[in-house]
Amino acid sequence: MIAAADLASSYELVVIGGGPAGLAAAALAARAGVSTVLFDENPGVGGQIYRAITSTPVKNRAILGEDYWDGAALADEAKASGALIVNGATVWSLDRQRLVGVSIGGKARVIEASRVIIATGSQERPFPIPGWTLPGVMTAGAAQTALKAQGLIVGGRTVLAGGGPLLWLLAAQTLRAGGTIDAILDTTPNRNWLQAIFHLPDFALSPYFGKGLALLREVRAKVPVHRAHTIEAVGTDRLREVVFSGPGGTRRLPVDLLLLHQGVVPNVNLANAAGVAHVWNDRQLCFVPVLDADFGSSVPGIAVAGDGAGIAGGTAAAERGRIAAIAAVRALKPEAVVPDTQAIRQRLQREEMGRAFLDCLNRPADAFRLPEGDTIACRCEEVTARQVRETAQMGCEGPNQMKAFLRCGMGPCQGRLCGLTVTELIAAERKTSPDEVGYYRLRPPVKPITLAELASLPISEAERKAVER
Amino acid sequence: MFKRLADSSPAIAITVDGKQVTARAGDTVAAALLAAGIDHCRTTPVTGAPRAPYCLMGVCFDCLVTVDGVGSRQGCLIPVREGMKVETQLGRREAGR
Ligand SMILES: Cc1cc2nc3c(=O)[nH]c(=O)nc-3n(C[C@H](O)[C@@H](O)[C@H](O)COP(=O)(O)OP(=O)(O)OC[C@H]3O[C@@H](n4cnc5c(N)ncnc54)[C@H](O)[C@@H]3O)c2cc1C
Ligand code: FES
Repeated sequence: MIAAADLASSYELVVIGGGPAGLAAAALAARAGVSTVLFDENPGVGGQIYRAITSTPVKNRAILGEDYWDGAALADEAKASGALIVNGATVWSLDRQRLVGVSIGGKARVIEASRVIIATGSQERPFPIPGWTLPGVMTAGAAQTALKAQGLIVGGRTVLAGGGPLLWLLAAQTLRAGGTIDAILDTTPNRNWLQAIFHLPDFALSPYFGKGLALLREVRAKVPVHRAHTIEAVGTDRLREVVFSGPGGTRRLPVDLLLLHQGVVPNVNLANAAGVAHVWNDRQLCFVPVLDADFGSSVPGIAVAGDGAGIAGGTAAAERGRIAAIAAVRALKPEAVVPDTQAIRQRLQREEMGRAFLDCLNRPADAFRLPEGDTIACRCEEVTARQVRETAQMGCEGPNQMKAFLRCGMGPCQGRLCGLTVTELIAAERKTSPDEVGYYRLRPPVKPITLAELASLPISEAERKAVER
Repeated sequence: MFKRLADSSPAIAITVDGKQVTARAGDTVAAALLAAGIDHCRTTPVTGAPRAPYCLMGVCFDCLVTVDGVGSRQGCLIPVREGMKVETQLGRREAGR
């Protein structure tokens, strides 16, 4: 275990996040002779796609699938590269001067970086339906994480709801592991096909085409799939029932576990707090950082790679990490030998080819992004959709003002699970675009740290002199 | 809600609100609670509603628990250790506002 005290006071490159983007970036830079440290808050490397790749108790390779095991090579490569890889390390602050605040095992440090690559990946899109805060309601990604990292599979009556490739992947992995799924509620609007169909030729050439079809077939053979226009999780102390309406009317299913998923969106908190400019991406319905061809952001020396740069998948994430790392190496060590970016860009392009189709097909319906009435929008502060809508109608123009009125976004998750909902609700009520409305302005610490952690920050000689008289 | 695929990893003894719980090496606190069938890990500061881990990846903060006396830790990011004392949190009392 590496402790906070073991870190140097500065590194040429700090990589934040140990998924495919961060691992590939750190490996390439360290190999080129750049002093590199990678921080990841999880106990092991791998990020979301390759979660627990070095420690998973799931030994039967068929369960998680070969795409999962591809991650082992990346993890090995990073380990062998000479980069310092620190797990259990939460980055809570990053500023324009590239000072990185990190906390490891309850001790904090602030590290200087010549260059920073933010590779903090994605998170699942909020899925605000009535009852989504009840114990017994989780995300599909959560169930997948429990499977990969701890070998836990769903037990009891289980229903999956939503759409997108990950929902079907988790369903297939669960079935292969011997788990049972009682039903899948497919919320993807049929009319999405109208937009998606234009992009079908590109998608047919992408690696995701064959895999996607096989996955759907595998799951549909074993699990009843119902279309759903509305979904409600019902219970008082915990989830008891799922009520949904679809083409066949309204139905109720008694259930122990409801797993929600409607795609993933960039995890913008750290980049936003560092002052990186973001724009609304209407196809992916989320904010993405404004980036140049090397994934450099609006803040000099800070790049954003991987799905944090806009959703493109795990293989693309690694290629993006490499491109960002090459730019960092070129800036830091112009004499170093680096791989040919042309070949990497071509591979990246191939990976990104099918995205437009997937984005259009899996675009979540308004009903599941723009909640109404007493449905909770902000889980932390328990602010309802009605409150947000009414406050917007009264003249509140943006999420930061909304914070002051309702406290939404001010709880411990710092807007991660309400930010997009609040922006889209304000835009809908004020008949303007989410880009116009904007996002929460975030400030460090982006993860809560204790006073004891802050007090553990080492004090330099200069700082001591400054206060001693 | 969850069961273990195999019980091959070494057992790790922790306590949850003073009761013995057998976790496994590789568990996070949140995973150990789910595997033990513990229904919720905290109540919210605003209405006192029960909450359980939701995302298991560090974004929702619904897994907040007290670990070895330190409150509001993210259970889904902390690996279990032999003898660890986990306490579920009452939001109204302990949120400190
Ligand atoms: C729950 C979930 C499960 C997924 N499963 C799959 C899958 O099985 N297959 C698939 O193809 N795609 C999956 N995806 C999609 C995913 O976005 C992948 O495309 C891929 O993991 C993206 O790689 P990345 O390197 O950009 O980021 P990630 O793999 O997400 O890695 C980011 C890493 O950064 C760390 N991090 C974030 N913030 C901080 C911080 N402040 N301090 C320190 N560390 C931090 C995270 O803990 C994480 O380990 C999943 C996404 C989610 C949200
Ligand atoms: S379960 Fe969401 S942060 Fe831990």
